[in-house]
Amino acid sequence: MSLLVNGLTARYGDQVILSDLSLASLPRGEVTSLVGPNGAGKSTLLRAIAGLASASGQVRLDDLSLDRMSIAERARHVAYMPQTLPANVALTVLETVIAALEASPSAVGGDAAVRAMAALERVGATPLALKRLDRLSGGQRQIAALAQAIVREPRVLLLDEPTSALDLRHQLEVLSLAKAYARETDAVVVLVLHDLQAAARVSDHVVVLANGRVRVEGPPSEAITPTTLADVWQVRARVEACAQGQIQVMVDAVL
Amino acid sequence: MLMRRVPNMTMTTAPTIDAILHEHRRLRVRRHALLVALAIACLAAIALDVATGPSAMSPWKIVTGLINPGSLSPSEAAIVWQIRLPYALTAVLVGACLALSGAEMQTVLDNPLASPFTLGVSSAASFGASLAIVLGLGVPFLPSDAIVALNAFVFAFGSVLLLQAMARARRGGVQSIVLFGIAMVFAFNALTALVQFVASQEALQQLVFWTMGSLSRASWRSVAVLAAVLALAAPFSWVAARALTALRLGEDRAASAGVDVARLRFFSMLRASLLSATAVAFVGVVGFVGLVGPHIARLLVGEDHRLFLPASVLSGALLMSLASAASKTMVPGALLPVGVVTAVIGVPAFLFLIFKSGARG
Ligand SMILES: Nc1ncnc2c1ncn2[C@@H]1O[C@H](COP(=O)(O)OP(=O)(O)OP(=O)(O)O)[C@@H](O)[C@H]1O
Ligand SMILES: [Mg+2]
Repeated sequence: MSLLVNGLTARYGDQVILSDLSLASLPRGEVTSLVGPNGAGKSTLLRAIAGLASASGQVRLDDLSLDRMSIAERARHVAYMPQTLPANVALTVLETVIAALEASPSAVGGDAAVRAMAALERVGATPLALKRLDRLSGGQRQIAALAQAIVREPRVLLLDEPTSALDLRHQLEVLSLAKAYARETDAVVVLVLHDLQAAARVSDHVVVLANGRVRVEGPPSEAITPTTLADVWQVRARVEACAQGQIQVMVDAVL
Repeated sequence: MLMRRVPNMTMTTAPTIDAILHEHRRLRVRRHALLVALAIACLAAIALDVATGPSAMSPWKIVTGLINPGSLSPSEAAIVWQIRLPYALTAVLVGACLALSGAEMQTVLDNPLASPFTLGVSSAASFGASLAIVLGLGVPFLPSDAIVALNAFVFAFGSVLLLQAMARARRGGVQSIVLFGIAMVFAFNALTALVQFVASQEALQQLVFWTMGSLSRASWRSVAVLAAVLALAAPFSWVAARALTALRLGEDRAASAGVDVARLRFFSMLRASLLSATAVAFVGVVGFVGLVGPHIARLLVGEDHRLFLPASVLSGALLMSLASAASKTMVPGALLPVGVVTAVIGVPAFLFLIFKSGARG
């Protein structure tokens, strides 16, 4: 019961971004963090898994071949939240979540507005429901986008930098929401994060991507090490376990 | 359930889910009521349009004449049935077609400035018409004005196909389509000017009238063709409405929700080109209706396309109908080309919208 990514090649035009990339199988109910420098190919990988980037290779969920599905079919299983936020949309937050739910016929069932409200409640955005999306702050829009992603109750939830615009408290809340979503709905959750400490804290599995290749992957303590930090980010850093088994990343110098 | 407390997201105490759902439904009811009001305004505008004209007939007389044809003298009946009514209906249908076309273009190209006029569809049509007039193209068994309209249609439709092809070739995404469109406006306008330069005096007169946009070629045939094209395209627009709404959230988000964006964009542009090409083929270049209609609709009902598309259709129809009535009354004793009127009304309306939305931020 897991997501399998095998031999994935993705390109933009004739520029190959990911070539023959494979990941350890990502079990349901667990959170995986995808980390790496800017331009490493993290977004491209998520988009390829979601079927949005032109890619070849195997993407399987349990015994379903996601890579052979049409866009509408795939959307029943996978949701991708882009890292950029929509602008200038004359819709209320609730309407945008309904729009995401009703975009393709397959997902309709029950009262869309009620389901959309449930998603908004889950991400803690009830008070935003009737506000116009284009009048929200950046962080509020990111929370709204999260509701758009989970409203279809995907089995594979791909969040591209879901905390980039959030304040400290909301970062923590969104990360624990992601974890709870994985546990409670038995979903595969993949997060792109730049905060390594947050990645270590929230995830069961960490994938370090650089230049379109997987450098290391494994449990946080194995993937996030001084060696990886030096290799991939060119910084000299210490990684220390502190109380409650959480790790601390302390950067001493830029190499 | 995980996040009971939501600091900083709101100042007031949170309303309950039920209260929010209730408010959401009330908003929808209010917007549907606005649609109905727009439709009524359209009917009123049509009545006004039919009642205005150089030969004095009271609106009341015309209304009774429509209900009971026997109450009009033969010449009055001819004016109402052969001129006033087809003109008025052509005007609303053209407005509806242009605005629906503009609304779909604005959504799929993600550009609030997209419209048949700004993307060069109108310019292409006017070049096609000019060519037909100047070259005196003829096909046996077809009246010459039908040839002109047909040629205008061919060029308008061709211009959109060209736009799509160029955008695909360049893979530049939707913004490049708008740039190509602007290039097309200039190219076709230059070509039309060239044709005008070599045209005979008589052809030139016809040409000028055409490039200004006018209802003077309206007839029951144009009403029938426009109504048929609208009836053909609108149901497909309606079916695509949910996907179009999702597309407002961005391409990736829509695709991730199950929308085949490339396919949606292709068919949407196809509908838009069919609608606008047909409209300009009958009345020539009518600017701003296709641009401003959707903007008015957006202000009134937002961008849920199940409301936004019908509201665009009605706003366009209303604008065009009012413009048609105004074209008969603005200069006493003269019938202005309707394209001039839409520009005169449209430019300030458009500037107003820009400033209003700019102030909103
Ligand atoms: N639309 C595009 N067209 C062409 N090349 C692209 C496109 N999007 C991304 N790329 C290229 O693909 C590579 C990977 O980009 P990607 O967006 O996957 O990086 P990322 O790891 O998500 O970076 P970031 O942390 O900055 O979001 C980059 O070199 C980028 O230049
Ligand atoms: Mg990225």
